[in-house]
Amino acid sequence: MQLARVIGTVVATVKNDSLEGRKLLIIQSLDAGLLPQGTPLVALDAVGAGVGELVFWCRGKEASFPFRREDTPTDCTIVGIVDSERHVTTPGSRRRR
Amino acid sequence: MIIARVIGNVVATQKNERYENARVMLCQPVDLAGRETGATLIALDTVDAGVGDLVMIVQEGWGASTAATGEPGAAIDSAIVGVVDDIDLLPEEQRTR
Repeated sequence: MQLARVIGTVVATVKNDSLEGRKLLIIQSLDAGLLPQGTPLVALDAVGAGVGELVFWCRGKEASFPFRREDTPTDCTIVGIVDSERHVTTPGSRRRR
Repeated sequence: MIIARVIGNVVATQKNERYENARVMLCQPVDLAGRETGATLIALDTVDAGVGDLVMIVQEGWGASTAATGEPGAAIDSAIVGVVDDIDLLPEEQRTR
């Protein structure tokens, strides 16, 4: 899994049927200092995440498991909402380089 | 598996139910000389690893879910499956580190 910030939403009326009714969010993965790492991704939301929230997400086939497994085509699903930035505890030196 | 250093943990009250009482650890992959390499990631601890430990992480969902929760099929893609005490390399390999 990786830490990420939800930075936007996606509206896609024409999409795979099993994505119907699912929230599509844009996420930016973060490193331990909460600085961006990697490229933004489209993630399915499985825990009620909102734009601006700090989350973590699951990669690969496992990302479909919170939904109707076999036919939900996702490789990126938000599976946790971090309580607050303070709840990402790392030794002092790493904070916001 | 990859080798990484545990650099912190993450508290998320609102999360996928399979993450119930899992220890969500923030890890930084390192090379064999201990230098940081690659993206910061989150893995569930299954061996009571602590912050600062050098660990082995499995990054395949079936194995990670089973190691972390006792059975597969969870939205989990990484788990800490060992604490590294020592790495012993061939002499010619050591010089390249």
